[in-house]
Amino acid sequence: MRVMAQMGMVMNLDKCIGCHTCSVTCKQAWTNRAGTEYVWFNNVETRPGQGYPRRYEDQETWKGGWTRTKSGRLKLKAGGRVKKLFGIFTSPVQPELKDYYEPWTYDYKTLIDAPAGDDFPVARPKSLITGKDTDITWSANWDDNLGGVHELGHLDPIVEAVRRESNEKIKFEFEKTFMFYLPRICEHCLNPSCMASCPSGAIYKRVEDGIVLVDQDKCRGWRQCITGCPYKKIYFNHKTGKAEKCTMCYPRLEIGLPTVCSETCVGRLRYLGLFLYDADLVGAAAATENEQDLYEKQLELILDPNDPMVIAEARKQGIPEDWLDAAKRSPVYALAKIYKVALPLHPEYRTMPMVWYVPPLSPVVDLLRDQGHDAEGAGTLFGAIEELRIPVEYLAELFTAGDTSKITEVLRKLAAMRSYMRGIALGQEPDASIPAAVGMSEEELYEMYRLMAIAKYEDRYVIPQAHREQAHDLEEMGCSLDFDDEVGMYENSPFGEASGTPTPVAIETFNALRDRQTSGEAPSADSLRGRVNLLNWDGTGAPEGLFPTKHQHQGEPK
Amino acid sequence: MPAETVGTWDVIVWGVFPYFMLAILVGGLIWRHKYDQFGWTTRSSQLYESRLLRIASPLFHFGILAVIVGHVVGLIIPKAWTDAVGVSQNFYHFNALLVGGIAGIGTLGGAALLIYRRRTTGPVFAATTKNDKMMYVVLVGAIVFGLATTVISVFEADHTHNYRETVSPWFRSVFLLQPDIASIAAAPLTFKIHTLVGMALFVIWPFTRLVHALTAPIHYLFRPYIVYRGRDKQPASPTSATQRRGWSDVGTSDNAKD
Ligand code: HEM
Ligand code: SF4
Ligand code: SF4
Repeated sequence: MRVMAQMGMVMNLDKCIGCHTCSVTCKQAWTNRAGTEYVWFNNVETRPGQGYPRRYEDQETWKGGWTRTKSGRLKLKAGGRVKKLFGIFTSPVQPELKDYYEPWTYDYKTLIDAPAGDDFPVARPKSLITGKDTDITWSANWDDNLGGVHELGHLDPIVEAVRRESNEKIKFEFEKTFMFYLPRICEHCLNPSCMASCPSGAIYKRVEDGIVLVDQDKCRGWRQCITGCPYKKIYFNHKTGKAEKCTMCYPRLEIGLPTVCSETCVGRLRYLGLFLYDADLVGAAAATENEQDLYEKQLELILDPNDPMVIAEARKQGIPEDWLDAAKRSPVYALAKIYKVALPLHPEYRTMPMVWYVPPLSPVVDLLRDQGHDAEGAGTLFGAIEELRIPVEYLAELFTAGDTSKITEVLRKLAAMRSYMRGIALGQEPDASIPAAVGMSEEELYEMYRLMAIAKYEDRYVIPQAHREQAHDLEEMGCSLDFDDEVGMYENSPFGEASGTPTPVAIETFNALRDRQTSGEAPSADSLRGRVNLLNWDGTGAPEGLFPTKHQHQGEPK
Repeated sequence: MPAETVGTWDVIVWGVFPYFMLAILVGGLIWRHKYDQFGWTTRSSQLYESRLLRIASPLFHFGILAVIVGHVVGLIIPKAWTDAVGVSQNFYHFNALLVGGIAGIGTLGGAALLIYRRRTTGPVFAATTKNDKMMYVVLVGAIVFGLATTVISVFEADHTHNYRETVSPWFRSVFLLQPDIASIAAAPLTFKIHTLVGMALFVIWPFTRLVHALTAPIHYLFRPYIVYRGRDKQPASPTSATQRRGWSDVGTSDNAKD
């Protein structure tokens, strides 16, 4: 046994209102830089819908993740090492910008500067890639809410899968339509196929907390990881020529703060905590034959932090005491392994993802309510879960490789919690038969309710701090002093922006903010380092480069 | 041995410049490797456009790799050796021209398509730096003059010139620190120009995107799939025995010998 600690996340989908606050704050923190305009480390998808990049779940096209060979070994779906090397000069399957979307800004200045006339001035969209006029055709989440499902739902690969399986046409008639939001970040997998695809070995998993990072110095831009990740959570920075991905906000986690997306989540639906797992068994678990067993196998990897044997082994591996303590109090462990209501996204990709989801009961509840039934009663809810096959099958394709019984089990627990607590709230005698129907005790159900519905801040985030006394060289902090002298002069190196020692993100943000606060001027092209992006433009003036240079019309009155 | 007079320019160009070039190439590469790991990348443009790249890039790269192999064989293996194993001059020449010609045309065609794509695809052109343009001028120059030497050899009436008796001995002599200037001075002009442009390419090499070629990821064939690395870059768990820096073999067992 080799015990390792993994920082994990659980998202309770019932609470997501699709506000995109998480995406926006994440973008502000990490990807409001040139080259990453189209990149959303955190994105929120409307489901059913195509996702971002569009149809990324269709692995027959995109070849992400692993497959199991006939002899029972794991193989990258895109091919073995030799095949990957032969295909290195051009990646056979890599999403293009049009599969994400072409980022844009608007020509705001004409609104102010246009000469008086009969026509209203219009702020035209400008591509952030070419700087030219562009037509907006798609964005990171263009799948519309209910109306859009009707239009575009059939393009969702999961809908296709459900159709294939059930051999009937799913109709997106309005009254039968259901939808929910799916926020996604990198899964920080236990068996990451992005890492396995990287020819340079630049992607690594941190021993201490399992966070998957790209070493920006070792990455050579072979862009194989983008194909490798089935969740398409590695992005190519087209300015620096390097791969970038969600960092799980490691600088925040290291000092005990939750990630930006979790901290700012309006629905307070994200949980952060530790898993202890047995690293020696990951390979075997990922190679499990039957796809529908992968979820169970993944659960088996997760070790009980209260088991004395596990604790002894963890100590031997050098996991500090406060981390072991945090593992015992971990909310993600409770939701995934004790209550078994959190499920991994697409276990069939065999990467052992570590961001788990509590599937939403709301499609069922909403449909019941719309049809005039009691949407809180245990009887009607249990019945509806069995009846409403399409939402359940859809969720099963997402979370259990198509096994509807496991989804039903989870939804029944959520339904039980709902109706049991409703009874209490109405001052009725607690109905012990409800938890019993889902194999739980009244205490357990109440504890689950406290964690999921009350969800206090300190219960949602149990984050042990990094041990700096051991860390000689924390990722950025270790060398941040070196940059003090260079503040403001990091721009020029002989090969342009993308060369030289990278400036730590914190220093860059600091500089940008200071520049902005200490000058009344528009940020100059210099201080923005040639980047023109709505997110680093605060409305003062127009940064150089926002508009094409030749926009002066000939013979116009001054 | 060709007996031509050796002028001052010959000494400068074939006796001094090669060492200047080597100094810049080696020094530049070491410097860039130390100073600019972050800029050491292919700067792939596939995100913008992939239809043309899918044809152009493999055509160019497989071509240039074949050309490199050809150069290694032609320049390094002395004629005496191939003679000794019974490879006739005509047979060698025929093969070199055939294989070299095909590889060269592939390379040039690939490069032409790459440049066409760079110029005509908006986002790719926008992402093309001055450095890239300069690099392409020299690179295409080297390829064109290289092909010219091949073509001229084919149509040359008497097939008298053999670069393996002029350029190659000089090439080897440079590394023996006794440049055989007389040999190369006897070579025809196209060969001289090709050699010069080639040397210019090596001078700019460390300072362009071409550095990516020197980190061709062959080690991918041998590394374990899953890479663990400690935050403090120390092996975190002293109990696991086979810890090379950041390459501990846990996770998938794909790399285990079974
Ligand atoms: C064997 C080692 C090599 C590998 C693995 C390799 C790989 C690559 C890759 C992945 C790209 C990026 C293509 C894209 O996505 O846009 C690229 C571009 C390029 N490579 Fe190489 N390369 C190698 C050797 C070379 C050599 C020897 C040369 C020239 C002498 C060369 C010249 C170029 C050029 C000029 C480009 C830019 C193409 C463009 O216009 O976009 N490469 N290479
Ligand atoms: S989800 Fe994250 S860790 Fe998993 S394969 Fe993709 S990028 Fe790698
Ligand atoms: S901030 Fe929270 S509620 Fe809003 S979209 Fe993100 S995950 Fe959903």
